[in-house]
Amino acid sequence: MRNVLTIIRRELGATFTSPVAYVFLVIFLALSGFFTFMIGGFFLRNEADLSSFFFWFPWLFILLVPAVGMRQWAEERRQGTLELLFTMPVSIPEAVLGKFLAGWIFLGIALVLTCPIVFTVCYLGSPDPGPIATGYTGCFLLAGAYLAISGMTSAFTRNQIVSFITSTVLCLLLVLIGFPPVTNLLLKWGAPAWTLDLSADLSVFYHFTGMQRGVFDLRDIVYFLSLTAFALFVTGSVLKNRRA
Amino acid sequence: MIEASNVRKNFGARTVVGGVSFSVGKGEVLGFLGPNGAGKSTTMRMITGFLPLSAGKITIGGYDIEENPVEAKQLFGYLPENAPAYQDMTVAGFLDFSASIRRLSGKKKADAIARAVKLCHLENVLQQTIDTLSKGYRHRVGFAQAILHDPPVLILDEPTDGLDPNQKHEMRELIREMSRTKAIIVSTHILEEVEAICTRVIIIDRGKLVFNGTPRELQEKAPYGHRLRLTVCASDDAPVRAMLEKLPQVRKAELLGKQEKTVSLAVYPAGSEKDFVSAVKKALDEHKWEFCELYLEHGRLDEVFRSLTTSDAVEGKEGAA
Ligand SMILES: Nc1ncnc2c1ncn2[C@@H]1O[C@H](COP(=O)(O)OP(=O)(O)OP(=O)(O)O)[C@@H](O)[C@H]1O
Ligand SMILES: [Mg+2]
Repeated sequence: MRNVLTIIRRELGATFTSPVAYVFLVIFLALSGFFTFMIGGFFLRNEADLSSFFFWFPWLFILLVPAVGMRQWAEERRQGTLELLFTMPVSIPEAVLGKFLAGWIFLGIALVLTCPIVFTVCYLGSPDPGPIATGYTGCFLLAGAYLAISGMTSAFTRNQIVSFITSTVLCLLLVLIGFPPVTNLLLKWGAPAWTLDLSADLSVFYHFTGMQRGVFDLRDIVYFLSLTAFALFVTGSVLKNRRA
Repeated sequence: MIEASNVRKNFGARTVVGGVSFSVGKGEVLGFLGPNGAGKSTTMRMITGFLPLSAGKITIGGYDIEENPVEAKQLFGYLPENAPAYQDMTVAGFLDFSASIRRLSGKKKADAIARAVKLCHLENVLQQTIDTLSKGYRHRVGFAQAILHDPPVLILDEPTDGLDPNQKHEMRELIREMSRTKAIIVSTHILEEVEAICTRVIIIDRGKLVFNGTPRELQEKAPYGHRLRLTVCASDDAPVRAMLEKLPQVRKAELLGKQEKTVSLAVYPAGSEKDFVSAVKKALDEHKWEFCELYLEHGRLDEVFRSLTTSDAVEGKEGAA
């Protein structure tokens, strides 16, 4: 466990000494504000709630989270530090967990920095605190799942761009299989109903929508956590059998 | 401390290391030699648990590197080829991280870092980020990281690569000094280094062990063994050579070069080297030949190396497949 903390500390230190982190935060905050107020039609709704804010996260994170996760292992491979890390007395699960948690903490910080939007809404009206809490929880869990997936693609390659594109596509698929326009299309093409149910169950979109609306369902939380755990497990296996 | 038995590594269908066995004990410095692509770094990566073995077994201090990797890894320090390090960290930050992951903390950690910094002369670059260091300094940072926790086993892949002559000398002194209490493996392409620091040498060629012995034994395998270098003040080499070759102790006298008033010869002993040098010298004195140079040359390691290893890149591929 101490090793996990040491790795988290190193990763966070490296993150915050590089300008990339600040660029990321600025882009993230700008985009989330832009989507909420400009595209989400916050002012048109005439309602003081945050659903137009949370609504965009599955899409926004598709681009932003892989940008954080793509470096994780690809960079270690490229620099040759993977050889250093894995010949130190660190187990693979510790290393995977440490890196993942560091990235997740960073994304958590990014989410916390969106609080001005919440304050704005509170100032304009009196929103229901329930959906805000579940919405943020959902966003954080969603970020973790995407991060674990992009860490996984990062473990496969030493090329960050390849890692970024693969994880973006994977995350996009996970959203789309439950996205109503897509499922409706499938229905029209005559896909049997049970496959649609299944794909909805597997979809990030379906589980996130519930949390975004303020529904607290343990199954959603279990879904996100098991998706994350699965991706982390695959990451560990890939690293264990690496051939570099 | 280190036991490797019948270690193999295949990359796909290609065998890169094919059944290598050796052991290194405390107080020994094992030199790893071999041409480029012979499999030295690959072997070291298996010893340090970075690459899985295709077959065979490696233990460090009794711990199997594949079954108890964390325990085994606590026992060694490793300088990988090209000394990789986190480029965006400062030297101080990197050493602090390395120490923490080796479970050093508080005063122990500070002392360990201070010691390694002093031994590797890193005082002046502590706050510099690693990507701004020169190659030699990067290498020293890698070495500092390897000796930080004063491990009983050191595995160093080309430790003097990129160091200036002073640093090379110092690195060798350091390795020799530490070898009294540690088991050390070094790979190198510098053959003098082998004579200077190694107590034992193994040569790998295309993944096969072709020599395992002391540096002295290696020298004795030289095609000519020892020979005498001689520069005589004479305008012609023929009479000198004829005279020397008559001696029972001399097998052959060979002309190396002719200058204006001197000739350079190489004289090879016949059988034992006993009183070979004195016999040659006596014969020269008797015939009143003045010589301005006379010294015994030991078996040349590079000749042995060449005769033991024949692979080049192309052959290596075919031979290993
Ligand atoms: N990941 C890999 N996949 C395929 N082949 C590899 C891999 N790593 C190393 N090799 C091959 O294994 C062979 C041995 O490489 P290795 O790095 O061990 O050589 P070396 O003895 O250290 O050479 P050098 O003196 O140049 O450092 C080379 O032919 C190399 O191409
Ligand atoms: Mg090498």
